[in-house]
Amino acid sequence: MRPGPDHEGSDVGDDHVIDVEGLTKSFGGHRALRGIDLAVPRGHVLGLLGPNGAGKTTTVRVLTTLLRPDGGRVRVAGHDVVADPGAVRRSIGLSGQYAAVDEKLTGFENLRMVGRLYGMNRAQAAERARELLRRFRLWDVADQRSGAYSGGMRRRLDLAGALVARPEVVVLDEPTTGLDPRGRLDTWEIVSTLVEDGTTVLLTTQYLEEADQLSDTIVVIDRGTVIARGSADALKEHMGGARMDFVLADAADLESAAGIVADHGNGRPETDPGARRLSVGTSEGQEALTGALAALRRGGVPVVEVALRRPTLDEVFLELTGRDEPASLVGGHR
Amino acid sequence: MNVLARSVSDSGVVAHRNLLHVVRTPGSMVAGVIQPVMFVLLLAFVFGGSLGGAQYREFLIGGIFAQTLLFNSSFTAVGLANDLQQGIVDRYRSLPMSRIAVILGRTLSDLATSSLSLLVTAACGLAIGWRVTTGASEVLLGVALLLFFAFATSWIGVFIALTARSVEVAQSLGLVWLFPVAFVSGAFVSIEGMPAPLRVVAEWNPVTAVASAARELFGNAPPPGLAQPTGWPAENAVLYAVLSSAVVIAVFAPLALRRYVLISAR
Repeated sequence: MRPGPDHEGSDVGDDHVIDVEGLTKSFGGHRALRGIDLAVPRGHVLGLLGPNGAGKTTTVRVLTTLLRPDGGRVRVAGHDVVADPGAVRRSIGLSGQYAAVDEKLTGFENLRMVGRLYGMNRAQAAERARELLRRFRLWDVADQRSGAYSGGMRRRLDLAGALVARPEVVVLDEPTTGLDPRGRLDTWEIVSTLVEDGTTVLLTTQYLEEADQLSDTIVVIDRGTVIARGSADALKEHMGGARMDFVLADAADLESAAGIVADHGNGRPETDPGARRLSVGTSEGQEALTGALAALRRGGVPVVEVALRRPTLDEVFLELTGRDEPASLVGGHR
Repeated sequence: MNVLARSVSDSGVVAHRNLLHVVRTPGSMVAGVIQPVMFVLLLAFVFGGSLGGAQYREFLIGGIFAQTLLFNSSFTAVGLANDLQQGIVDRYRSLPMSRIAVILGRTLSDLATSSLSLLVTAACGLAIGWRVTTGASEVLLGVALLLFFAFATSWIGVFIALTARSVEVAQSLGLVWLFPVAFVSGAFVSIEGMPAPLRVVAEWNPVTAVASAARELFGNAPPPGLAQPTGWPAENAVLYAVLSSAVVIAVFAPLALRRYVLISAR
């Protein structure tokens, strides 16, 4: 939570380095953002979680001044994105899902160029580029064109580009999309080191697990609105822990089976007659499963397949969006 | 650093990056080199025989200079559209750099491409009998005038890229206007033979003035059979070439910059 020596000089009046209120944005007739509120304290990591098309990238583009909002108030590092976009740009570092790495330039040239465009002189920019190349394990390939880099190396270069000016706020748009598991772990490690430096991070992701690993607070958005927010733990608990799946031998048994299973899970199971499957959330896991299985046997319902698993993101969204009121999950324990 | 110094420095960084791209994508220069060679050969030997032979070939090169540099504006359109499509421009826009540097850097680096085209055209010209008959100061002025014209047309290319936004559209839009502008002019033929309305357009077409100015400054006389235009633009070709290039910049630079700033309002 410390501001750090490089973060002086900005006039952040309140505690929230990223402060978004009632953000709206439409493209033609499509309302991409319908009133987003975000508040990220200094040194925190906010995970913006949502499926494709939820509005994550649009939110990021507004925060980074690439897109002008239609309505609402958006302040980053104390500066309004509409009134003072230049000051916002000086305070942020952006790493995009498209990895805006210049393929014809070497890793060194890429970083030096970014440094120059942040206003560093030649020597400063070159020095900072070398420092980051070492830190991001790109030193050996510093003078190779980045077009020849592996996906993981390219992503590290893109991340390094976001850190050139030691920004107060780092915005990472789907930093691990398209990476293999090893590259994903690498990226997670880098984000953790950012947190140690006291940088405020906003990252978007489609992966619950990733948001869970990296974020202090998760905000779930769907169709341009915030449908849930809270700490990773609070969110997970709320989502009902695990799911139980049962595939029956005969679809005709679905109704009676759903009645039996309902006593062991959280609420009425969802049924899929085509797959002869029923599925229900549970907070008791293994015990609920063995209880439900025994009850199904007593009730004479033949079961051919059983699973106990974590909910998929789709199920989480279904559960969240199925409510009348947006779920409020404030009160996490971090 | 003040705003002007920062704009110059950032434009230099962007231009340097663009030049590294040109050097590292040798294919990108092929069109810039082949195009003048092609037009010189086509016009000198396919049409030139019936237009005045050797003397026409000497006359022709001034026109090829103007036409080649005009056509180079399509490289600007495609280059910038490419950067837009690949997210490079977004990267720039998220940085606290000068707004104009992204496009000024592009027009400056394309000046290097145009210089190469100019050299190739001159070499082709020398090979088919074109000669410079004036002194060093006139030649220098001629080269500066041609590059200023190239810089001006480059801004039209920038405007097209920022309007089109996709490489495919920029490519076709960037080419389609070049043909009438290049050919409804005195670059290759006498405009006296054109119907009256076209003749007026050709008289005031900056391409005519640039071609005439180049001939004047390099000392290339028209073939005897080729009637030369009269009127203010023809009699003040050098001045009109400079003025019209300046007007193109004065019109298209603000338009382009406005388009660039408006990208975020999409």
